Amino acid sequence: MGEFKVHRVRFFDYMPSAIRTMAFNSQTERLAVARADGAVEIFNFNDNFFQEKVIPGQDGRATEALCWVGHRLFSAGLNGEITEYDLENLRPQYTVDAYGGPIWTISSNSQGTQLAVGCEDGTVKIFAILEERIQFQRNLNRHKGRIISLCWHPSSAQIAAGMTDMIKIFDAETGHATRRLLVDRAMGASKNKEVVVWSVGYLSDHTIISGDSAGKVQIWNGLTGTLVRTYLVTKWDVLSLVINASQDESSVIAGTSEGTVIQFQFISSTVDQHDKEWVRTRTFRNHSHDVSALAHTDTAVVSGGMDTQLVVRPLLDKVEKNTQESALRKIAFPHRSLVGCAKKAGLLLFQFPDRLELWKLGESEGHVCLMYPYFVCRFLQGEDHICCSALSACGGWLAYSTVSSVRLYRIQYNNTISINKVSKLPKELRSVHQLCFSSDSSKLFASSCQSSVIVVAVSQQECRYLHTLKHKTGEWKARMHLLCASDDGKWLATANTDCEIHIYNLHKMKLHCMVPVYNSCPTTIAIHPVTNNLISVHADQQIFEFSLVQKEYTQWSRRLQAQGLLSLWLERDTPITHITFNPKNPDHIILHDTYMFCIIDQSLPFPELNAVLWNQMTLKSLPVSQRIGQSHAFKICKSFQHLMCVSLLEDLSLVVVERPLLDIMSQLPAPVRQKKFAT
Amino acid sequence: MAALYEGYTLCGLVPDQNLSSSGIQGIEEERDRDHVVVTDSTRSVTLYKVSDQKPLGSWTVKQGQKLTCPAVFNSQTNEYVAVTDNKCVIDRREHFCLFRVLFLQVSSDVWKVHCTHGGEPVVLFQRGAVRLLDSLLAAPQQPIEEVLAQEEAIRWSTIIVAETQQFIIITTEQKGEHFLYLQRLNPNSVQRYRLEREEPGLSPLSFSATYRDKHICLLYLYPNGHVYQSVLSVRGLGTEEGVQALPLPRSLLLGLPVGDGQLEAASAMALDEAHVAVVGVPHPSAGGGKDFLCIWNTNFQTLQAGKEMAGKIYGQLWSYSNKVFIPHGKTLSIIPFECPKSSLASLNQTCYTLSKTPNSVPSWNNILHGEKAQPSKSAETRRTRTTRKSQSTTNLTTDQVLELIKTAPVEEIQKEVEGFLTRAEFQDLQPSVGQLALTLVSRSLADPAFYSSSTLAQLVHTRCLCHSVCPDLVLLALEKKDYFLCQLCLQFFPDIPEAVTCACLKAFISIPDVDAEKVSLEPDSVKFMENLITRDRAEAGLQNGFSPTSSVVNDRQTRAEDVKKKASAPSQLSCPVGLHKAVLINEILQTPYSDTFLLPHLKDLSSQHVMLFLQYLQFLYLKYSQDAFPQMEGFRSPSLSQIMDWVCLLLDAHFTVLVMTPEAKGLLLNLHRFVKSQVRLVSELGKIEGSLQELRKMKAKESIGQYSIEIIELF
Repeated sequence: MGEFKVHRVRFFDYMPSAIRTMAFNSQTERLAVARADGAVEIFNFNDNFFQEKVIPGQDGRATEALCWVGHRLFSAGLNGEITEYDLENLRPQYTVDAYGGPIWTISSNSQGTQLAVGCEDGTVKIFAILEERIQFQRNLNRHKGRIISLCWHPSSAQIAAGMTDMIKIFDAETGHATRRLLVDRAMGASKNKEVVVWSVGYLSDHTIISGDSAGKVQIWNGLTGTLVRTYLVTKWDVLSLVINASQDESSVIAGTSEGTVIQFQFISSTVDQHDKEWVRTRTFRNHSHDVSALAHTDTAVVSGGMDTQLVVRPLLDKVEKNTQESALRKIAFPHRSLVGCAKKAGLLLFQFPDRLELWKLGESEGHVCLMYPYFVCRFLQGEDHICCSALSACGGWLAYSTVSSVRLYRIQYNNTISINKVSKLPKELRSVHQLCFSSDSSKLFASSCQSSVIVVAVSQQECRYLHTLKHKTGEWKARMHLLCASDDGKWLATANTDCEIHIYNLHKMKLHCMVPVYNSCPTTIAIHPVTNNLISVHADQQIFEFSLVQKEYTQWSRRLQAQGLLSLWLERDTPITHITFNPKNPDHIILHDTYMFCIIDQSLPFPELNAVLWNQMTLKSLPVSQRIGQSHAFKICKSFQHLMCVSLLEDLSLVVVERPLLDIMSQLPAPVRQKKFAT
Repeated sequence: MAALYEGYTLCGLVPDQNLSSSGIQGIEEERDRDHVVVTDSTRSVTLYKVSDQKPLGSWTVKQGQKLTCPAVFNSQTNEYVAVTDNKCVIDRREHFCLFRVLFLQVSSDVWKVHCTHGGEPVVLFQRGAVRLLDSLLAAPQQPIEEVLAQEEAIRWSTIIVAETQQFIIITTEQKGEHFLYLQRLNPNSVQRYRLEREEPGLSPLSFSATYRDKHICLLYLYPNGHVYQSVLSVRGLGTEEGVQALPLPRSLLLGLPVGDGQLEAASAMALDEAHVAVVGVPHPSAGGGKDFLCIWNTNFQTLQAGKEMAGKIYGQLWSYSNKVFIPHGKTLSIIPFECPKSSLASLNQTCYTLSKTPNSVPSWNNILHGEKAQPSKSAETRRTRTTRKSQSTTNLTTDQVLELIKTAPVEEIQKEVEGFLTRAEFQDLQPSVGQLALTLVSRSLADPAFYSSSTLAQLVHTRCLCHSVCPDLVLLALEKKDYFLCQLCLQFFPDIPEAVTCACLKAFISIPDVDAEKVSLEPDSVKFMENLITRDRAEAGLQNGFSPTSSVVNDRQTRAEDVKKKASAPSQLSCPVGLHKAVLINEILQTPYSDTFLLPHLKDLSSQHVMLFLQYLQFLYLKYSQDAFPQMEGFRSPSLSQIMDWVCLLLDAHFTVLVMTPEAKGLLLNLHRFVKSQVRLVSELGKIEGSLQELRKMKAKESIGQYSIEIIELF
């Protein structure tokens, strides 16, 4: 196969934001995760935990709580507003000010008719959930001290509210507090340090479970208002607590500041006993920092916190052992590409939530570096965070978008670099999900909110609206999350989160065909520059090749499906996020996930099902004559880890952008002090 | 206003039995303000990080030795200098990590070592001479002159840095007269002063010296509560060699209220020019209790801050970087303080001069209660209450039991002691158990017919005893052939001297096996040895505590294997000593020792004993090094390294004898064989080490920067 010169780039200092809170929707199997920068991510647990939607954040939007009501997602934050998200167009649909100061918590009743929020001023406010909006109904009786946590009784008749030093139970009808449960302050520590009930759960048998800042998980009888059991689980705070409400309410998990997640189960403590009690059962230790967000799915414990990673820990009694299902999964990087690469100009574009950075790659002769990479410029974005960006192949154009606006820049590299903002953009370019330049940099494609693609001609003189590509009129709404134009300028492929892939003919400006719908979401698509075949890789790691001319899957694709991919390939837990091609050898497809990049050689046979997938070491040890017999189509290289981008430049050198997890870890604040060994 | 803040505990104390001293000799500042070296009154030096309230390291001198002055830290060389038994010790180590101890035998007894921060340590001899440590290192045996007169003894000393000069200040006592020596170093010169007499029979309780405004201010406290200040000039010094004692002018700084009687354990220390910290003096407004730490302003004669300290005050006080270190009760506390300059004091300089005259000194007592202020009644009752409290029931019974021991028969003593032990609380046990054991042992020594083994064993079992508390106990047990008690002592005493260890060893080896088997010993250790000796037989059957149904065939097979093993290596299977003897020797192997002290005593063993002991050690070694030796948890057992250390020690002590003894030849050859195999193993490991190091280098190369250009090859 040969040698590659690799630009190994580690100066993309991408820093994911801490996970603040999460909510799991057991009907749709979607997990909504809110990060500290205000971004909300939606993961599809039915589709290999694929991060299918990202709602960009905003400065000052400190989301404290998330709540699903059916298919609708609500959030509330310390800015005092309740927000409902438009999950199709990935932006806040509307916000309502609760007029109660910062909101700490939000919770909906089981019927999905009412929303309760807990405010800084000590009120619990009830909002009615209407068709298109929410409407303030009333306040429950106000008490001194902020409301930190809320939980509705499944019958919707009572609400438990966690405050400082106490838990109150409100009658949802009358608004009166019916019970007051006093929570003990921390043992040993000074008695005047008040204890905060960070989290509270309300079971249908009127058991109340609370987690507080003194490190206790307490089980109360809500009918009598008595304390049943106290478990001291940590020296620090119990920050989050969640019940598997969708099931039999027999399991509760609690996340602590020490990074542990502790499970409690409602079981009989000895085998022959019949009366059940809450027993501390498992401890999971997958985080280094605060676990501030938890979700309990039917089969797994999902946790996230300060250390920015989302951890899915299957409960081994609920899943089959030693399968992919039972594997621990850590999601540390976004499932989309944040790096743009101008292949002709050797430029890299790094997308951060609040800024873009443009870098010029170095030049070298062999190992000797002739010119070091240098920083070209930075584009700072204001309040709204960036949702997508694109760099043209020649490096002359740069476009990015926020939820509300699109910016386009012309960059010229003479002796000096001049950057000009294109001031007059067509009014159609307003809210955009994905941007893409044609390979000759003459056109800009933008997937718009009306599920259409806007084609704009860009040139020195002007920026002109050309056409809107629509495949169908009417009800269809899912947004395009992937765009890809062919090298010859004839085709444009789009993919949406409903797993559909459409092909447009750009010469005729109309829909060419639709690829048969596969049941897993495409994670990346690309059109082959020579054969004009569309390669698509899906969240379940399947690879398809679709001939645009024949409008059918190619022979290669059919053979691959017939033979099947190796289980080692299918069990990888990060999606392929980028595909490039080798201009010198049309048989080569280069794709990468977080932990490896792979060159698929279409001229070679597929590996047998019992073959070794990662066979580079064996091949290296073999003499050249025998290599041919042993080699197969998948050439996997794992020497680079935590890949953000792998791309092939025009001079056939590879660009590898790494973001080592260790670097991210080292930038996190210090974790709470724990006694380890003899320290 | 000066203020005392909330204090915190640095460490606990072990005050001696009659609570006369705190158990701390001194506290010295270490490399920075946050580290102090605490020297206790017996054997150990501990380094503390003050802000963490945590010991960073500790260092103990050998059993039998005693630290006679606080250890100091030489920041120039990162060494600790201490004095054991009035001889000098230098401990070269980097903050208690590396250790290399240097003993310095000097020709005269040392009083103290002083060291200022960044300065060179200065050794002060008991007879008043002063040497720099470096000069002593160069010539340890140099003659030391006598500075003090015949019956003159040092009471207190300190070091002061004035500009670039170091001064040693010594106060001495001679026939009720007190003198002060101001010794300048480099060039050396000394000036002698006589302190003015206070009321007859009163000698100063504490001194404190500070340097300010080109003068040394000496502050001293008398038992009648008077605090005097003397100011010494550092300039006009060294013209005449001061044999003639100049009278030292003094001024009364404070007249502290002392309540009834006189101060006993108290001390005063100058914090700055206007503030004095006083401990052990009653608070004027809180009655007669003396357990207070107070800060007095000398300019205004006012009490600025006070704090009651729980427990007994020992009259010790140190102060480093705005913190007062004070031992009280059973703790050493640190109390941060603050003495801001009173603006009035700086304005009103006249006030300072006026207050110098003794009769103008007002005291709080006079102001509040008139001239003849008596300690209030509440204080009186409080004191009686505390004394009554200390004479609680346990204390009374201790005395009774002690009386009983002196006369009563063995059975009664046993019963009473048992009862006493069950009644008493653990904290109170420590002193009384020592007393009980002492009286029991002394009676046994005096009266050969009297011996109460079980009572002594009970006392040892409390773990409150140690060898230094009751030094005759082990030897008594040996004499009475009470091997069980010996075993217990060896197990529980951390401080058995090497001589006694050796005596035990000798006694144990020379017991006839028949006698040894009659002795009842601690079952656990016996069980361990039994396992070890009979393991070969048990090995086949014991797996996870499960022994397969032993069919005759199976049994026979193992027997046959056993026989084969015996035939192939006969020396491996037979234990050279009996079971109980082995148990006792194991106990010896596990006692702590220091080889320099042990070696001379080991030489006393006869060659037969050495042979037997070596054979036994070899047996143990072989057993241990057999690959499948099960870790017997829960059993006290000698470790492999302990066994090897003893083998080395024995060989060192008796090498020539063993070489000459024909019977020892086989044994020595065997041992030589082990060593050879070990050497081979180590050399092989050494070869691997090189490659491992290369591996590590390869790993190190992996760390790459932000950007690199690499060539990869795919196949």
